[in-house]
Amino acid sequence: MPQQTRETIPTGLIGREQFPHRHLLAISALMPWEISFLLDEAEHWVSVNRAHSRKHDDRLGGLTQINAFFENSTRTLLSFEIAGKRLGADVVNMHAAQSSVKKGETLIDTAMTLNAMRADVIVIRHGSSGAVRLIAEKVDCPVLNAGDGWHEHPTQGLLDALTIRRRKGGISGLVVAICGDVLHSRVARSNILCLGALGAQVRVIAPPTLMPAAIDQMSVTPYTDMNAGLDGADVVMMLRLQNERMDGAFIPSPREYHMLYGLTPERLAKAKPDALVMHPGPMNRGVEISSIVADHPERSAITEQVEMGVAVRMACLDVLTRRARGVEGWA
Amino acid sequence: MTHSLAITNALLADPDGQAVTSGSILIEGDSIIAAGDIAIPLDAEKVDAKGMLVAPGLVDLGVFRTDKPAFKFGGITRAALMPDQSSPLDDVGLIRHATRAGKPDFWVHPLAAATRGLHGAELAEIGMMQAAGARAVSTGRHWIADSGVMLRVLSYASALGLTVIAHAEDGGLTGKAVATAGETATRLGLAAAPACAEAMAIARDIMLARETGAAIHFRLVTTAAGFALIRAAKAEGLRVTCGISPAYLFLSDIAVTDFRTFAHLAPPLRSEDDRQAAIKAVADGTVDVITSSHDPRGPEDKRLPFADASPGMAGAETLLTLSLNLVRNGHLTMNALMTLLCANPAKILGVKAGRFAPGYAADIIFIDSETPWIVDSARMEAAAGNTPFDKVPVQGRVRRIMKGGQFL
Repeated sequence: MPQQTRETIPTGLIGREQFPHRHLLAISALMPWEISFLLDEAEHWVSVNRAHSRKHDDRLGGLTQINAFFENSTRTLLSFEIAGKRLGADVVNMHAAQSSVKKGETLIDTAMTLNAMRADVIVIRHGSSGAVRLIAEKVDCPVLNAGDGWHEHPTQGLLDALTIRRRKGGISGLVVAICGDVLHSRVARSNILCLGALGAQVRVIAPPTLMPAAIDQMSVTPYTDMNAGLDGADVVMMLRLQNERMDGAFIPSPREYHMLYGLTPERLAKAKPDALVMHPGPMNRGVEISSIVADHPERSAITEQVEMGVAVRMACLDVLTRRARGVEGWA
Repeated sequence: MTHSLAITNALLADPDGQAVTSGSILIEGDSIIAAGDIAIPLDAEKVDAKGMLVAPGLVDLGVFRTDKPAFKFGGITRAALMPDQSSPLDDVGLIRHATRAGKPDFWVHPLAAATRGLHGAELAEIGMMQAAGARAVSTGRHWIADSGVMLRVLSYASALGLTVIAHAEDGGLTGKAVATAGETATRLGLAAAPACAEAMAIARDIMLARETGAAIHFRLVTTAAGFALIRAAKAEGLRVTCGISPAYLFLSDIAVTDFRTFAHLAPPLRSEDDRQAAIKAVADGTVDVITSSHDPRGPEDKRLPFADASPGMAGAETLLTLSLNLVRNGHLTMNALMTLLCANPAKILGVKAGRFAPGYAADIIFIDSETPWIVDSARMEAAAGNTPFDKVPVQGRVRRIMKGGQFL
């Protein structure tokens, strides 16, 4: 049951009015009900994925989906590839390591090339904030941001929201603590915006060296003391700490980080008894999260997040290609 | 008897005056003989300014490229060329070449690199470059991290009577930052440095200026904390001056929203509070110079992800027209504005220009101060249209330029 809050879709919206965007570049561009719309669409795919061993739905049959990944990724790439294939699209992956990007071709030229190949939807990950938007301005088909620098990772925000909504029955009013390297995290930014739009009270917990300036302006409460930040939380979302930040540049050592900011069973006890534990993966076990917490059968939603990822990406691919496919009300 | 020329029926925006007054300017050869309410010799050739505003040609203290069409449009008759060229201006030959680049209709005053290759380590041949035409010394786009090197640059340049033009950003704090730390940078996920990086650099260099007695000019000061330090140094009697460009007076960091690379500047755009402080610092005389910091950059440098794009804006065409807003908004008198745009930069460079005083260069512009127009990045005179003021309506346009007694 959708709650009667501001994320409820205004009555009377039909077809394209429910999601009037050509691309999915950032959660910041979405209205709360547009986020809810995508989550509702994703619910359908969760059921489909669970119901059948044959998961094909060929609504994207004949369409070409290019996954252009300028930054290494295993999980997100795989998730988008599976999502596209389950919808029947011809999915092609382009890895930066194999591409002419390394030969000095500009991003714009790469975008023009992808466009000339008549892709019907392009999924892009790039290491530089704003890069995906730059490409989107130059191509004729919908673009899905699979992560740009430290800026946003909108499908991660959506899949986390879906996971929480399913587990908790709603998002409005929940206390969500996002912990870790918030400064360099696009996952954190998309989640702050997504969960905030859906009415959650978002807290961020980070060492001062990994806390972005003026983060409170994004309607979150910052904490540098993890115990205080976890107090009474309904959801504890851990962020991955990149290896290169652990060597003294931002924090003194992995073990000190674990001591101060690692999610251990003792720390988790500060949160609500039924608090949900999340992590976008891949995890550094023993650094930001201990294995006991990560593998906890009731509390951890980490594998469920991966499952929701496929469903959310199927929903996004479906919705964004409706116009091109001439779906009634969307053309 | 030499031929003399008189500009009559002019509204004189004399930097040394208290108000704009009707009058004439008498010119002989390439110099001004007299200006104001003066008697015109009967044999002088007369040019009727038809009541237009007449000011000295702008002296632009700190451009990155010699871009004559843009300078002509903007009424800039002299510019100090930053040493940050493809080959840094750290060599006599390069300085000599740069001084000749614009003549006769436009004069370039190259700034000598303070250190070899602008690497911030070894002193460049400042004395020889001065003999070849360098008018001041500059640290370029970067701060000299080594305080010992900066101390020696200041004392050495001071002995030669040259001002050191410094970049005020502490490199350790800025690192790879492309924005000012704050809400906008945080939302966009851009690497950001706290605004105090500027005051940190200024504080150190003021101490070194006090130690050496040297003259130092901070090319772009953009923060409240930076202005406070400059204000205090001036009150103390130190030889400290500073400049700003219109971008920091009329834009804040919100302008980089949507990853607009035309608003990617160095130093980065600041908070609204700092912008307000900048206006105040211009109004109260803390700021000495307004510069275009002209740095035309084509799509190969700007149509890139924000962090990969080169900083800088094409500012020559909009320097005067944007600065006129300061007069319209009551922050400055027209005379004071011309002091910032003409007289002060010329003084720092030690050139006899930028004023209507006898013996000064007859570099004069006619300004139609009310004509409205719209800045259009697609149709600029500059080598590239990278302006963050695209589609902004402005007022005021240069109608005629005289350089060295000759109309262009």
